[in-house]
Amino acid sequence: MALDRWLALVLLGICLAYGYAAWFTMDAGLAPFMKRNPIWPSTFPKVLSVLGIIAASVILLGIEKAEPKAADIDYRRLGEYNLGQALLLLALMVAYALCLRPLGFLISTSALLILGSFILGERKWHIMLPVALIAAVSVWYLVQVVLGIYMRPLPGILGG
Amino acid sequence: MLEGLLIGLQTALSVQNLLMVIGGCLIGTFIGMLPGLGPMSIIAIMIPVAISMGDPSAALILLAGVYYGAIFGGSTSSILLNAPGVAGTVASSFDGYPMARQGKAGKALTVAAIASFAGGTIGALLLMVFAPALSSVALLFHSAEYFALMVVGLSAIAAFAGTGQVAKALVMTLLGLIMATVGEGALFNLPRFTMGIMDLQSGFGFITLAMAMFALPEALFLVLKPKDLQGDDGEIKDLRITGKEAKAIAPVIGRQSLQGFFIGVLPGAGATIASFLGYAVERNIAPKKEQDEFGKGSVKGLAAPETANNAACTGSFVPLLTLGIPGSGTTAILLGALIALNVTPGPRLMVDEPQIFWAVIMSMFIGNLILLVLNLPLIPYIAKILTVPRNYLIPFILFFTLMGAYIGQNNATELLILVGFGICATALKFADYPLAPLLIGFILGAMMENNFARSMQLYDGVSFVWERPMTLGLLAIAVILVALPSYRARRAKARQDGIADGD
Repeated sequence: MALDRWLALVLLGICLAYGYAAWFTMDAGLAPFMKRNPIWPSTFPKVLSVLGIIAASVILLGIEKAEPKAADIDYRRLGEYNLGQALLLLALMVAYALCLRPLGFLISTSALLILGSFILGERKWHIMLPVALIAAVSVWYLVQVVLGIYMRPLPGILGG
Repeated sequence: MLEGLLIGLQTALSVQNLLMVIGGCLIGTFIGMLPGLGPMSIIAIMIPVAISMGDPSAALILLAGVYYGAIFGGSTSSILLNAPGVAGTVASSFDGYPMARQGKAGKALTVAAIASFAGGTIGALLLMVFAPALSSVALLFHSAEYFALMVVGLSAIAAFAGTGQVAKALVMTLLGLIMATVGEGALFNLPRFTMGIMDLQSGFGFITLAMAMFALPEALFLVLKPKDLQGDDGEIKDLRITGKEAKAIAPVIGRQSLQGFFIGVLPGAGATIASFLGYAVERNIAPKKEQDEFGKGSVKGLAAPETANNAACTGSFVPLLTLGIPGSGTTAILLGALIALNVTPGPRLMVDEPQIFWAVIMSMFIGNLILLVLNLPLIPYIAKILTVPRNYLIPFILFFTLMGAYIGQNNATELLILVGFGICATALKFADYPLAPLLIGFILGAMMENNFARSMQLYDGVSFVWERPMTLGLLAIAVILVALPSYRARRAKARQDGIADGD
């Protein structure tokens, strides 16, 4: 089974779970006066779940045949691409999300930009370091001072 | 009207107001270029500045300038990076980005600038002529028709996805609608489908989703398969468009200015639907040979959404200025600013304070001119962003994606949601699922449900579907739009298999 039908199976599962939640779990807690309303909070989701199940089944059962066309990246040979770099960058982004508050904006952002270039194979430290630092400081200045959105610049222990 | 025009010119041509237009356009362009900061957030940020000026005409002129500037800047980042910061410019990346990849970034930006200028100027002309009359058209539309109109818009997007793709596009649209129901709806104030997670109470963030659907998979694809990002030497030389191309886009611009403007007038429709519908319509009426070009770098495919979204931006001022009803999120923010300045937009505005109404219209012409003369010469410098080496560009794209999601919500959980959705979107992209319908479904989901609910309440059931002929007609168009391409595809396949046609 091709990837698009596997994904259709996943999407069908999502629609079924969503439909279950809409059809069977939402109406019980409804206040009595709201039950006299022609539309309930669950009405629209109910319609969506049915339509979603139908459309996902059409793909899953292969009723509509797609023209095979050359994709930009062949997922069957994923290992031949720079998969390691992509996964490392994703991990880096997750780490950034977790470090942004505790470490402060300036340190996390500089680290993200430097490590990002490093993962991609850049080794010119004399360019990487200044670029990352200037970018981090100027973006922080723009957001904090010009736009007035507070972002903690430094870790808490340094008074940020 | 002539008197009004002169009043407007007098107000708009004062030194202070000219500076406002120029400043607004510049600020809008530069911030709008950053993916993730759309016109809504920029205008929201500029409101304290505008209100502190105290002059309603100047404030509205400044904010309107920021609005066009942001739309223009958004199309620049759509074309060069495939990272639309604004929903209204998503359609511009369909053909603009392939053009940039073919080394024709300069030409793509020129086409976008000309199309935006023409769309905005023609839109302002139409606004001037039709503003009073059009308010009555918008009044004819009830929530039932709005609901039906949105159904038509969504089915049109799915229908034009291409052969063998209609079901996929439909699934993605429905998934977008499903995601829009997460969180508290405006109508019921009940948290739905949050699974008890507090961060989902307010629903998914639009910007987060846009970043996850477009910018992140694109960056990951760049990592996975390094390709030549720039043209031969990264120099943008080919700014000029040929006479043949100008001839090709002229009718597109004409049609889309009109269509975009009228869609923009309808509350709730706005630049996003206008640009998608404009793209779909132009693709469908193009000759077969040019139809294949769409999505691969067609100038027509770029000119259509660019014209339509600018015309629609202008059109969205009609309900605001004549009825006092904001047609979009952006005009809603403008309405808030006007009320803070002690101006009540509505039918009386043109009578009581004509200088505001006409000054805004005149500043639209001036603003569009400034965008054209300011941005065309700046294009080679803007396009320099393409010559940045890949090792630096990709971390920066990732950083701006993260920043866009973070600034909107100031919440680090949003970043984890972004990465999670980004991975899902990449998998979907591998399997050739179109991602734009999901985002459009998500944007329209809340509006669609509200209008559906309102008409259900007015008619005490679904009878509005057959009791209102206009609704019925629109819904019939939607069904035909979805059914026709799959029928055509089956016929074509049957013919290939050697089965005789019925007719």
